[in-house]
Amino acid sequence: MVGGQPGEAELIRRALLWLDARTGAAPLVRKGLRYLFPDHWSFLLGEVALYAFIMLVATGIYLTLFFEPSFGETTYTGSYAPMQGLPMSEAYRSALELSFDVPSGLLMRQTHHWAANVFVAAIVLHMIRVFFTGAFRKPRELTWIIGLLMLFTTLLEGYLGYSMVDDLLSGIGLAIGYGVALSVPVIGANLALGIWDGPFPGSTVFESRMYVAHVFLLPILIATLLAGHLALVASRHHTQFRASKRATQRRIVGMPAFPAQTPRSLGLMLMTAALLFLLGGLVQINPIWQWGPYETYQATNGAQPDWYLGWLIGSLRLMPGFDLSIGDYVLVPNPFWGGALFPLVVLGVLGASPWLERRFTGERGFNNVLDRPRDAPGRTAFGAAFFTWVALIFISGSADRADVFLGLDYESQIWFYRVAVIVVPLLVFFVTRKVCAELQASDAIEEAREAAEEEAKAEAVAA
Amino acid sequence: MRRLWQGLLAVLTLGLGRRRERRRDEGEGDSGGGRGHDLVEPGPHNPGTELGVAALFLLAAASAVAFIVVYSLERFPAQHELFGVTLAAAFGFLGAGLIVLARRVLPSEELEEDYPEEEHVEAGIEAATIVEESGRSITRKRLLTAAGGTAGGAIGLAALTPALSLGPWFHTEPLRRTPWRAGRRLVDREGKPYRAEEIERETFYTAFPEGASHRTLGSMLVVVRLDPARLRLPRERADWAPEGILAFSKVCTHAGCAVGLYRKPTYPPTQPPPGLVCPCHYSTFDPALGGEVVFGPAGRPLPQLPLAIDGAGELRARGNFSNAIGPAWWGVNLEKPS
Repeated sequence: MVGGQPGEAELIRRALLWLDARTGAAPLVRKGLRYLFPDHWSFLLGEVALYAFIMLVATGIYLTLFFEPSFGETTYTGSYAPMQGLPMSEAYRSALELSFDVPSGLLMRQTHHWAANVFVAAIVLHMIRVFFTGAFRKPRELTWIIGLLMLFTTLLEGYLGYSMVDDLLSGIGLAIGYGVALSVPVIGANLALGIWDGPFPGSTVFESRMYVAHVFLLPILIATLLAGHLALVASRHHTQFRASKRATQRRIVGMPAFPAQTPRSLGLMLMTAALLFLLGGLVQINPIWQWGPYETYQATNGAQPDWYLGWLIGSLRLMPGFDLSIGDYVLVPNPFWGGALFPLVVLGVLGASPWLERRFTGERGFNNVLDRPRDAPGRTAFGAAFFTWVALIFISGSADRADVFLGLDYESQIWFYRVAVIVVPLLVFFVTRKVCAELQASDAIEEAREAAEEEAKAEAVAA
Repeated sequence: MRRLWQGLLAVLTLGLGRRRERRRDEGEGDSGGGRGHDLVEPGPHNPGTELGVAALFLLAAASAVAFIVVYSLERFPAQHELFGVTLAAAFGFLGAGLIVLARRVLPSEELEEDYPEEEHVEAGIEAATIVEESGRSITRKRLLTAAGGTAGGAIGLAALTPALSLGPWFHTEPLRRTPWRAGRRLVDREGKPYRAEEIERETFYTAFPEGASHRTLGSMLVVVRLDPARLRLPRERADWAPEGILAFSKVCTHAGCAVGLYRKPTYPPTQPPPGLVCPCHYSTFDPALGGEVVFGPAGRPLPQLPLAIDGAGELRARGNFSNAIGPAWWGVNLEKPS
């Protein structure tokens, strides 16, 4: 324990004063140590995302020391027998070598991949928590926007990650990306030709472009957004539930950063690392040797991308088949709806939520205390409907798996989902609003009952 | 009554907590602040738990050493799995130790303080005034703003110009180009020409133009054979499918995946007719109808390639595709493939 012996305390004091004389940091350290963290399990989701990001950077740096980002042609001679003598790109060969011939290489690659999946999952759950508790309200709108931008940057980052490997899964994903780029109204073809340096599958520099984006540009962007996100959280302080009477809009109640929060948070970080290493060691992910090198004339429905792209697969598949055309000009090619417009609408609606809510409620004050979902039936109902909409589209992306494994007819499923994505969210909206109202009513009854009991007891005592 | 008691207790602790907090604040002022024990609440004192925490830390160390040992042994059985387990154990035990330490040994104080000031109106107004007053000596504000804006915009454009070298942004012609010409033979992956008699029903073949790259989207074909009596091709394509052999571009017109699935009815009377299916988003094209979309998101038919059987019984192209190959874009329908 700190301060156990005078010598130890003296040392810490001297070190801090030494630092303070050179940086002026003592007041900041003093304040930082007692920075308050309100306590609730759901506040840890953002932390898990942060720690997954740290794991991604750490394992990712290791991977770059072995991966050769090149479409240059070579022949496989590594230790994986089924591919002996197969022509492939340097990128794919080095990814295979990393997996089979570099000790702990497979662990790092799989841990990296798992960390990406956990990272996005933690961000999404964190976002849903923030949404349903109304934490995005004034004064935290910017924190919310930055978080959303981080989520969407991360999706692109993850997509590029598995696309660089140049196995069949990479190529199919990139073909779809190319199709979506082409589908941007009017400028799509120019965009795609510029990005790929020519028609698909593009020139050899395209691999370098993916690589620099994946290991440099996008990570720096994510880290910058992350820094801004955390700086804003710290400057406005955390939100809190009204866990006690002391927690109000003006007073924050929580555990100090030191000593209470630091070991807890470090513990969570280490636990996250442990979970990711355990997954990376024991649960196979993206077995890049399974599908072989990408050839443009090959595609399979067995190769499935990471979960966080499922909603886009679903939206691309659900869209009825038409290209919106005027005469011979294709105004909106089909993939634009599901591949570009749909995610932009989701981003736009979520991004506008704080302002939409303000329009509907007229509430303009500062908010530090969180709502329970039932306390804001309008927001909760809208959120439930909106996330149901996205979730149904996401699930529809697995209709082919349901066909293969459960024998459900694919085309009937798609027609079911086309109707369900419109009807079910509406139902969810009204049901959720009703449930919130009922919960609020039952709260009121409970309160009235307690008040009456107190009164009766007081009367009894008086008598 | 119990709630009342709890409330009373809460108020009491709150009051005491407040007082203690105040004392701390006072303590901060004098030079000896930070020495004594009055800044941090005393912890719960759990010497037994401290032993447990130490044990967890040592287990973490042992696991880390185990990882190093596993690494240093060449070709250890299940080495990869053991890497994961040992490393996870090292981090997990250390993390567990820290969490136990935090919960059972170190003080878990619940403190309170004011939220930061909501707004700094005065500072904001002063900052705005500084900006405003700094420009008071300017008389031609609009002119300067316009000129400055023009400079900024032009420099921005100049800075973006090198991005034009990234690719053939404006040369959309290659999107229409395919290697198919009249007389070109259809060959398989190894370059062996396809003979008409090899093409069987109820399966499909991938073909390429003889001597051309396999990688460009315009080259790959999917070839199937159907009962000629069942074909319902557009009138102008009446002679495109000799013996009922049909060739289509293998690039899905939806998002550019290879059309890699062939749906063939196992019991034709009740099942849908043969279909070429893209495994990415399940656009389904009917070869008997000349590649028309019968299901899924594709907005354009699969381009058909006119075929002929030459004197040697080999398959040859009779020209280029019926329409542009690949996913749709703004000008995809403006011209035929070249």
